[in-house]
Amino acid sequence: MAKITYREALNQAMCQEMERDDRVFLMGEEVAQYNGAYKVSQGMLDKFGPRRVIDTPITELGFAGLGVGAAMAGLRPVIEFMTWNFAILAADQIVNAAAKMKYMTGGQYDCPMVFRGAGGAAARVSSQHSQAFENWYANIPGLKVVMPSNPADAKGLLAASIRDNDTVIFIENEINYGDVGEVPEGEYIIPLGKAEIKRVGKDITLIAHSRMTGYALMAAEELAKMGIDAEVVDPRTIRPLDEATILASVAKTNRAVVIEEGWRFAGIGAEISARIMEKAFDDLDAPVVRVTGKDVPMPYAANLERHALPSVAEIVEAARVTCNRA
Amino acid sequence: MKKEPLAFLVVESQAHRHSSHPSLGIGDVMTTKKSTDKNQDKQAGITQEGRFYSADRLHAMHDMMLFIRRFEEKAGQMYGLKKIGGFCHLCNGQEAVCVGMEEASEPTDYMMTSYRDHGHILARGSDATAIMAELLGRAGGIVGGKGGSMHMFDVTKNFAGGNGIVGEQVPIGIGFAFASQYRDDKRVSITIMGDGGVNQGAVYESFNMAALWKLPVVFVIENNQYAMGTSLSRASAETHLYKRGISFKVPGIQVDGMDVLEVERKMAEAIEHARSGQGPIIVEMMTYRYRGHSMSDPATYRTRDEVDEWRTGRDPIARLQLQMIAAGLATEEEFKQKDKDIKKEVNDVAKAAEAQPEPDLSVMWDDILNDEIPNAYPYPRQVG
Repeated sequence: MAKITYREALNQAMCQEMERDDRVFLMGEEVAQYNGAYKVSQGMLDKFGPRRVIDTPITELGFAGLGVGAAMAGLRPVIEFMTWNFAILAADQIVNAAAKMKYMTGGQYDCPMVFRGAGGAAARVSSQHSQAFENWYANIPGLKVVMPSNPADAKGLLAASIRDNDTVIFIENEINYGDVGEVPEGEYIIPLGKAEIKRVGKDITLIAHSRMTGYALMAAEELAKMGIDAEVVDPRTIRPLDEATILASVAKTNRAVVIEEGWRFAGIGAEISARIMEKAFDDLDAPVVRVTGKDVPMPYAANLERHALPSVAEIVEAARVTCNRA
Repeated sequence: MKKEPLAFLVVESQAHRHSSHPSLGIGDVMTTKKSTDKNQDKQAGITQEGRFYSADRLHAMHDMMLFIRRFEEKAGQMYGLKKIGGFCHLCNGQEAVCVGMEEASEPTDYMMTSYRDHGHILARGSDATAIMAELLGRAGGIVGGKGGSMHMFDVTKNFAGGNGIVGEQVPIGIGFAFASQYRDDKRVSITIMGDGGVNQGAVYESFNMAALWKLPVVFVIENNQYAMGTSLSRASAETHLYKRGISFKVPGIQVDGMDVLEVERKMAEAIEHARSGQGPIIVEMMTYRYRGHSMSDPATYRTRDEVDEWRTGRDPIARLQLQMIAAGLATEEEFKQKDKDIKKEVNDVAKAAEAQPEPDLSVMWDDILNDEIPNAYPYPRQVG
């Protein structure tokens, strides 16, 4: 297996799907001539030409809606938001149009398309450019929400998302774009709605997605030194959620910490905690603990930014408390 | 000199109380005898501005406008009886726009509009019973009872809504045009908005991209003078809405939206412009809605005189009737009989729709996803 970056893995997935299906096109700001603001679409203009790799004006609502119409007309758009912060401008088309088009047309029209781009906190860009919105979209029937945590998942999940016949919200992570990992060559598909156990353990379940999966794995190494054997579960698809994998893990470990970069209130951790309470209450030896971003807009100063985000140390501490080893 | 309106010509009852305005603009009507087109000499019809309309076609246009008028009246009546719920926006007065545009377009052209959509989808030729059933929330509704008045769709007629968020359909419309250009299949996207919708930012994002990429789209602005209760001059700095594309190099034309033949003629030109690869064009249809914004709106923001001026002086159905009578293509009695027939037809439609059952509760879970994932939460078709 070749070792490539997360961004190259995303690029491979898009190229793979565009080669097999002429209906697939990539549209967004700076995706073509500039090769992508984060170089995810490097070389794609040369490979596929301006018909299928299309630079847009800075006009998120407009090109999101264009994608919706193109999908309704039978194409398979991949609409890139430079970051998900800017997608708020396009929320009407995602929420009011794409998510419910199949429903409110009685199944006559649908929107098989991918909205993708960088989400979560970037580095030192303050409040408007460092936000996690997966819980917004995960709340809405008609949408699927996918978030890869490593290069192989990035490739397999994006290919699956493009092939999926529904609207997929695909949230990448800017900090992860340069991560290197082994990625299968050739066609590679990871089915949506399947979690993966990233580390097998027996004492506690750490549930984390996107960039936080890496943090959870680092925390697990720290915990191992303390004699706590943590299992790390990455849902990979946030909606719909493979809770069976989570619940099976909790049934084994009897303890769980849910980690997310986003805000705590009505977050993904709140949903997962509620499901563990509803479905696995008797398996629990301790309350589920959540580690989340602090309930503040993201500050700029380096120390404040670090303080606002979840840390490996916080995850370790939460796990120790949950394991009664604090 | 005032001319008394011909009673049968006035198709809105309140309009009888005032004299009509004499200028219905029928001076340019020629019967076929005066036509210079030899091929048309044998056929009865009307030539307006050099464009020939056969008697059959004129009757079809008239009948559809009248059908829409009576359908909307029936919908208003059913709403008053609380048989139709929610929001219900009628298009009485705007029928020439619906029918003229449809006449000018190909069935393969895409069309989408906002929530004032009954007239457009009827003009496209969708099943009237299914449309009425949708209004009534019945199983046989055109979208299965899931959309109601604002969300009429018919994929078989390339009618893409029925969109409830003002201006939302405009980027979607250029998406259809993009697909047409992508596949090079020469289909035009007829993207309709109102004089309210034209102030949404999404519209200008769409004008820009459509012009930049020369997308085959006709932006139709139905200027009925009021965005809900806000008159055009209270909402728009530039009230000549056909000029709104100037900054984007989108040309625009203004059309008398109360003249179905002018609508057809100008739309045909606009559609040809878009289809031939010259990019988007704006068509501003000057029209008027006789009713309030929605059924809950008594429309106190405008004067009775203003409404009557449009109803009696410029009514699109009465206008076409006058033209057809002048051309010897129909008589007053025939139109009276036609109106009776259409009223009966609409009543039958309403009865048939009302006789339908409500949707089965199980369909609530249908049509959310194409690819359901059975073992992931939220589980398909389950609570919790």
